[in-house]
Amino acid sequence: MASSGSTQIIDAEIETRRAAMATFAAANAAELRGALESMGSIDAVEIRKPETGLVMIRGRIGGDGAPFNVGEATVTRCAVRIASGETGFSYLLGRDQEKARLAALCDALWQSRDRRAQIETLLIAPVRERLAKARDEARAKTDATRVDFFTLVRGED
Amino acid sequence: MPALSPAFANPVFDTQATFRAVMDAMARPGEIRAVPDALTPPAPLSPSAAALALTLLDYETPFWLDAALGEAEDVARWLRFHTGASVTANPSDAAFAFAADPLALPPLAAFSQGTPDFPDRSTTLVLQVAAFTGGLSLVLSGPGIASHRDFAPSPLAPGFADELRANAGRFPCGVDIVFAGPGSVAALPRSTRIEEDR
Amino acid sequence: MYVAVKGGERAIANAHKLLAHERRGDESVPELTVPQIEGQLALAVARVMAEGSLYDRELAALAIKQAWGDLIEAIFLVRAYRTTLPRFGASEPLDTARMEIRRRISATFKDLPGGQILGPTFDYTHRLLEEPAAPLPPEQAPRETDREPTPRVTDILAGEALIEPSPEADPSDRPGDITRDPLTFPASRDVRLQNLSRADEGFLLALGYSTQRGYGRNHPFAGEIRLGEVEVEFFAEELGFAVPLGAITVTECQTVNQFKGSDTEPPQFTRGYGLAFGHSERKAMSMALVDRALRAGELGEEARAPAQDEEFVLSHSDNVQATGFVEHLKLPHYVDFQSELGLLRQIRASFEGGADASKDGAE
Repeated sequence: MASSGSTQIIDAEIETRRAAMATFAAANAAELRGALESMGSIDAVEIRKPETGLVMIRGRIGGDGAPFNVGEATVTRCAVRIASGETGFSYLLGRDQEKARLAALCDALWQSRDRRAQIETLLIAPVRERLAKARDEARAKTDATRVDFFTLVRGED
Repeated sequence: MPALSPAFANPVFDTQATFRAVMDAMARPGEIRAVPDALTPPAPLSPSAAALALTLLDYETPFWLDAALGEAEDVARWLRFHTGASVTANPSDAAFAFAADPLALPPLAAFSQGTPDFPDRSTTLVLQVAAFTGGLSLVLSGPGIASHRDFAPSPLAPGFADELRANAGRFPCGVDIVFAGPGSVAALPRSTRIEEDR
Repeated sequence: MYVAVKGGERAIANAHKLLAHERRGDESVPELTVPQIEGQLALAVARVMAEGSLYDRELAALAIKQAWGDLIEAIFLVRAYRTTLPRFGASEPLDTARMEIRRRISATFKDLPGGQILGPTFDYTHRLLEEPAAPLPPEQAPRETDREPTPRVTDILAGEALIEPSPEADPSDRPGDITRDPLTFPASRDVRLQNLSRADEGFLLALGYSTQRGYGRNHPFAGEIRLGEVEVEFFAEELGFAVPLGAITVTECQTVNQFKGSDTEPPQFTRGYGLAFGHSERKAMSMALVDRALRAGELGEEARAPAQDEEFVLSHSDNVQATGFVEHLKLPHYVDFQSELGLLRQIRASFEGGADASKDGAE
């Protein structure tokens, strides 16, 4: 059906945007700032100034059951609109308001047809590469503590 | 969708100033307090009512809009975007209620009245008025008023004085009312008595 | 009678100044920095986050510094801070099956899929104090392994229906929130778990231990303990989709407990659940033991031990509440005490009068 096809396209677009936003969240402020500075001056208004608040973190009973409230986390959010009309959002763990502003700007630029490629190459690709390397190193260190059980010879024979 | 106008330029200072104003207005019923008025919310939401909304609403406070505000699609969108609060169509579920046309307000008893154990769970009404003088003439007394105070917000329906008396009669339950005038606010908490005409 | 007493103001101001200096200690020794506490006292930071019920490492470290190392005072500071912030909403429930695992052990299955990973642990250390400036050991050789999926041990048992399933979510029902609604009894399991997750570790440890010693025995096995990072997502109304916020560290413990059946239900293992912010293994384990103990009633067990009494456990688990009530005894009770003293003198006088009278009578 045409409608479900277009829904899939929208869903795929949202998934890519979510992945981009996850990268902006995992990047550090210096990486965001560096990429944005190399893109020249960007005209933007803050329609929601960076604001720090709380998100109640939920878990699931037994890991997979009904939800319950574990405790809160600090979160900072921001929304900006760039001159070409796109509105960018950020919601980030922590209290770094400058990073929230930069991440919202990145989200706005990512949505802009003309700017997405730049954001992808200048920011998303290098940050993902750094994160993957860090993750592999951490895994390799952790996996050195993996237990290899072996059975001792039983004494029956 | 049209672009949304921004919220406060200095969220911390502006919401603190507005909170201080509404707190003082509640403590001194009928006294007028200035609020920051640089906002440009979508019509017909007034800048002072918008300042109250940005100060008081959050995602845990469902709000109700009267027909005049509810029909303007951008009002709800603007409030939801900037505060995270959700809209409710049912006045008795509302933590806050906003009315641009106080003449067409449902009875005060239709809003959440709180319970004897949790009287704070009642609705706080924000009524947009054109002026605090020259309207329905009310003589106030009670906590926060030395003897009597004259208060005449405009426009209000002639029967509103009786509604206010009935509301005060439900104490400790009942609603609290904040009047949002041009650049300023005044309040009638449920503890205020409305004197009979003398 | 109420007597207002003044005069302590200068003494209080000076006591706070003295505290600031004593807290700093010898000024010839460098001052601790917040990043040092965050990195080198990370388990204290985890405890302050879990019991302060606020995930923010930097704030927890700052609170520990300001509290002179008193963790309950630090937790108090964090709890006070969180009340100043607006709440944006609740996250999507964490998916601990997708955790980036740093430690994962099971005492029930030796060869569980995904393997046993010890991670950073004090287990198997000899508890011998080191020289203060002992050098770091050389780093362990890294090991390249393909990570297999790491299903929860409870999912493995669930595959054979040998363990009770987790309670299902009721989509119409929001989980209870003790930061918004007062605790009432009987409390549902979601409310109990929220209470236990922010509860005092020492209190939970003692209660969990008491169940092992026979006060509400429930035959636990450490089905699985896992530590690592999980992604947090938040459904933003204005966007219409769940936004990834970043990852947090959590510790999860699943206990597999004594089995139970009935005429209609086949015998199955039961379970307890613990989940806490940060690297908080003892906390998560104790929480799972107490969660299981508090389920005695619903599982048709006799509930007579302290750990099974939800009103007792949930009402006394919060160390900020507990310390407030215990420590308020330091505040002036001059008038209360004067009235007690007056009353005692009266009774004493009538006792002595009565003794005299009976002596008179005997003569």
